[in-house]
Amino acid sequence: MDNPDLLLKQLSSIVLNASPLIIAVCGETITERAGLINLSLDGTMLLSAMTGFIVGYQTGSLWLGFLAAALVGMLFALIVAFGSIRLKQSQVAIGFVLTLLGDDLSAFLGQNFTRMPGSFVMKAGIPLLKDIPILGPIFFNQDPVVYFALLLVIATWFFFFRTQPGLKLRGVGERPEAAFARGVKVNRLRYLYALVGGALVGIAGAAYSLDVKVGWSEGHIRGMGWIALAIVIFGGWSPFRGAIGALLFGATKALATVLQRTFPQVSVVAFNTIPWILMIAVLVVSASELTEKFINLMPVSWRRPLRRLLRVSAPLALGTRFGED
Amino acid sequence: MKLRKWIQVTWPLAPIVAALLVTSLILILFQTSPKDALAAMIEGSFKDTAKVLQVLAFLVPLLLAASGLLVTFTAGLWNIGVEGQIIIGAIMASWVALKIDLPAPLQITLEILAAMAGGALWAALVAVLKTRGGVNEIFSGLALNNLAIILTNYLISGPWQPPEGGTFRGTQPFAENALLPLLGESRFSPLSLGIALLAFALVVVALRGTFWGLKLKALGKNPRSAFLLGVSSEREVIFALMFCGALAGLGGAVRVLSWFDSLRQSISGGIGFLALLVVMLASFQVYWVPPIAAFFSIVLMGSTTLHIRTGLHPSLGGILTGVMVLFVLLFGDYGKLFTRRKKIPSPVKEDDAHG
Repeated sequence: MDNPDLLLKQLSSIVLNASPLIIAVCGETITERAGLINLSLDGTMLLSAMTGFIVGYQTGSLWLGFLAAALVGMLFALIVAFGSIRLKQSQVAIGFVLTLLGDDLSAFLGQNFTRMPGSFVMKAGIPLLKDIPILGPIFFNQDPVVYFALLLVIATWFFFFRTQPGLKLRGVGERPEAAFARGVKVNRLRYLYALVGGALVGIAGAAYSLDVKVGWSEGHIRGMGWIALAIVIFGGWSPFRGAIGALLFGATKALATVLQRTFPQVSVVAFNTIPWILMIAVLVVSASELTEKFINLMPVSWRRPLRRLLRVSAPLALGTRFGED
Repeated sequence: MKLRKWIQVTWPLAPIVAALLVTSLILILFQTSPKDALAAMIEGSFKDTAKVLQVLAFLVPLLLAASGLLVTFTAGLWNIGVEGQIIIGAIMASWVALKIDLPAPLQITLEILAAMAGGALWAALVAVLKTRGGVNEIFSGLALNNLAIILTNYLISGPWQPPEGGTFRGTQPFAENALLPLLGESRFSPLSLGIALLAFALVVVALRGTFWGLKLKALGKNPRSAFLLGVSSEREVIFALMFCGALAGLGGAVRVLSWFDSLRQSISGGIGFLALLVVMLASFQVYWVPPIAAFFSIVLMGSTTLHIRTGLHPSLGGILTGVMVLFVLLFGDYGKLFTRRKKIPSPVKEDDAHG
């Protein structure tokens, strides 16, 4: 790692690899901020990755591929929203069944399209910006999916915290009764943001099969949806922290690959376990009482920033139902 | 009015119809006649005694895991880690089978105990992460599932690889005295079915007739009031999960000691997830669990036959069961679907209260 060019290349590949995850995390953050949990991410992403790849392959148009994937994501999100809001059933149960169903559907429907070369998103550096030293090659000499992910993070943050509809969105997820009293149509907004989030999750799936991990095979990106769901929690339902979480996750994976090359005697297995151990560790840090005890051992002036850094709190009305009648 | 009545009576059949409809559409998309496919699936499960015994052999671990899940679901816990608990059970049973050599009854007892202990401890991890770490059991369970899979692959390709060289397929076959007594040429062990039915009966009695079952129910329905009534939620959560883990581990032992004769790569084959679907479809009503588990085994074995016969991906069975459960989750509650929202008049008459 003494070669700076190599390091830059490594960093830019981390950003590229984390982009679909960032998109999915943003999508789910939007949905959960409105108070609805869409647990079906893993299945949705598998099915939309498959759909996006096949549509892109058959029509030759990447746009149609992404569009089809977004529609798949919206369909699954709609099922979760309709089931929990209108039919008043458990959103966790519906989401979980959709996870399994999406996995099986993608395996079956995509069986004739496995391991085929398909079209993919081309790299397109942004003129001027890509020549900035260090930042240029990492962020601006990438492909459109990366730019979309980065813009999405900024746009989501701006929407949440600087606009009127964003305030309503957060209100619906925090105190739906209060929002309702102010004349906000709580359930209508939940439908809306479930669909928006679902579309983004679908796009994230296609971002894998059409860009980051081109192609389709059974169980293509199995597990990434769950990772995204964990990162949403780690990110404290904030788009920026979520994006940082996704980048850190990508960096850890890249680091593992480097370490593996340096220490070939350690089994590959040890490195495969990293994402899952990391997932548990991260959730423990953000939710456990132990973290609180640890923070209280620190000097008083450190406590507030540390708490802000390590602790998260969920939207108050997350996963609860709201009856407008 | 007549139509309503008619819908009400035939409603329980609707999920099956919906599932058949969706799978038929998918089959037509793949230029396969749904009728032929269905015939192949039924033949795959019922053609002769061997096929029926295969279904029964598949059913045993499924029923064990589903019985365990009845306990955790009653306590309001989403034990998605059941899949990993099955795998750890299989690993522990394989460990005893490979490393220890005793006369058959002792050997099998030891294998089963090791598997149950392994499954229970793996579940205890989920429980402690929940009660002490504040980690939702869905996430810890999922991560532990993946860790269990990675551990299996490591053991198969590393320390436990067959002497003739490592493949990623499995360990060497276990000795005869380490395997469960099988019925004839089949992979079905009547003893294991007996144990599974016993375990199921035990769960039914525990949930319906004991104070422990009542406490779990209280915890599942309303954790806060259960706490106020003096139910120690931490102890019950840990115990419920470990109970489920022990049964799932037992299921894993049955997988390696009768369905296979060695530790294989995908040793559970999604039985844990299938068991979750079984209990969800049963809507936590205990007596429905065995018939639904049997039905799912038939569907899954049938779709494997379909795969061998036509080359179609075996996930068709998963689609069929998934659509059924989804349909029941969404529309099973007939009442909620057909009652229109009514405006409820406010119980407080304005001004009157203040007189």
